[in-house]
Amino acid sequence: MTTTTKPAAPLAATAPRRVGPVALGLRQGRLEITQFLRSRESVVFTMGFPVIMILIFAAIFNNKIAPGVSYTQYFITGMIATGLMTVSFQNLGIWIPIERDRGVLKRYRGTPMPKWVYFAGKVIMVVAIGVVETVLLLAVSAAFFDLDLPATAGRWLTFAWVAVLGVTACTLCGIAISSLARTARSGSAVVTPLALVLQFISGVFFVFTELPTWMQQVAALFPLKWMCQGLRSVFLPDGFGAQEAGGSFELGRVALVLGAWCVIGLLLCLTTFRWTTRRDG
Amino acid sequence: MENELAIAVRGLRKAYGDNVAVAGVDLDVRRGEVFALLGPNGAGKTTTVEILEGYRRRDAGEVRVLGSDPAAPAADWRSRVGIVLQGTGEFDELTVGEVVRHFAGFYPDADDPEKVIARVGLTDKARARTHSLSGGQKRRLDVALGIVGRPELLFLDEPTTGFDPEARREFWGLIRDLAAAGTTIVLTTHYLDEAEELADRVGVIAGGRIVEVSTPEQLGNRQSALTTVSWRTPEGVVESVQSATPTALVAELAGRFGGEVPGLTVTRPTLEDVYLTMIGHR
Repeated sequence: MTTTTKPAAPLAATAPRRVGPVALGLRQGRLEITQFLRSRESVVFTMGFPVIMILIFAAIFNNKIAPGVSYTQYFITGMIATGLMTVSFQNLGIWIPIERDRGVLKRYRGTPMPKWVYFAGKVIMVVAIGVVETVLLLAVSAAFFDLDLPATAGRWLTFAWVAVLGVTACTLCGIAISSLARTARSGSAVVTPLALVLQFISGVFFVFTELPTWMQQVAALFPLKWMCQGLRSVFLPDGFGAQEAGGSFELGRVALVLGAWCVIGLLLCLTTFRWTTRRDG
Repeated sequence: MENELAIAVRGLRKAYGDNVAVAGVDLDVRRGEVFALLGPNGAGKTTTVEILEGYRRRDAGEVRVLGSDPAAPAADWRSRVGIVLQGTGEFDELTVGEVVRHFAGFYPDADDPEKVIARVGLTDKARARTHSLSGGQKRRLDVALGIVGRPELLFLDEPTTGFDPEARREFWGLIRDLAAAGTTIVLTTHYLDEAEELADRVGVIAGGRIVEVSTPEQLGNRQSALTTVSWRTPEGVVESVQSATPTALVAELAGRFGGEVPGLTVTRPTLEDVYLTMIGHR
């Protein structure tokens, strides 16, 4: 077709090679993690918040909810779920509008980088930070507040799939909601109240079944409640399932609702994601 | 013929609602040339360039950039085009070296990042976080990211806005080097001296249309335009005459005054005069 006349390429230059797709995704992930770790606010508020909350809650409620079962055993589930939602939904819902506003997204679109690489980088960052934060929470709670870690492989497996499905749903929703913010600043205004309300009505700070029924029903529409419920099945004795709103931990429904939110989030991402700000047209 | 042209545009139109930003632009940019697009704010410069860069959709018209339609480009098209946008895309938490190396990885045939950093004069700042850079240094980083993929065609949107005079001179040197190496350069600017300094050809855009395309010397028939000769009469009044034959007029004046002509000035219209006339400000 067209003759490509590259501007003077020195033949002996350190032959730069095309980076393969896997490496492209991984280096994007490394870049995202580096940026996250270097911004002190992100580290303190995203990673530190759940740990601080568990310290406060465990110090206030140091009694038992049943013989041999400490309050920590209940609160840890809400804190893990909150932590995962913070690092995915809030983190992305706040940061992507800032990157869009700064023109970072527009700049990426001007390079040959495939679009998916940007999202892969975000997912790698979310997963890495989420894992570190969860481990931190478990370690602090086990060391200071008598948390009993899951004893069976089955429980760890449930832990894993609930966490993975929950983070996936929250990540996709965080990317989707980022397109709602018109400016860099409004990302936080959109996402923070939403996250806070969900935390209150989903049984993160209170025992879920003690909330008004209508509140429980609203919470049941969103992923956080189901993440908490799935995690309760991991950290509480089997007998506690009977005290749940549905009379059991309803793991099938947990999977169903979280899965549905993954699909909804993905569809929203694919249809609404914007690489430029509105004023850029 | 197609191979000679880096950019070919015919009948380009773009409207935002009722506001027609680009109203039928025709434009050819040859391979290897430096082309400056001049025009006031709101003339359609940025819209035109962003359509060429593949950022915006057009309403009508034919557009070919390096043989591709930017709205549906060939697979390797993005790696052949370099873009320097108007002050965007900051990576505050990363260092200059990290950002340039990262972007180099997107291109199949990238330049050596350290060499690119040296070329834009940021070697001393390679380990500095980008938020610590001055405005001019940030702009040079923008350029580094625009050229690290060794583009055949480089777009520069108002590249020296906010530069001090020395930084502009340095920047012009960099653009000349790139042009000398064969890169086709399309630049938008407000600064006429910049266009005059760098461009092989200048296109003036106003009201969404190309008013004229010419070399900086010949824009608006500047060469043959009337020259203004002014002097002070013995009564102390400044007199000005527009003349097609200024040399003869000056000789005549010299005769009339019997030697030095008091307060003599002879001025050809500057590019700015011509430009302002073209865009209807004079």
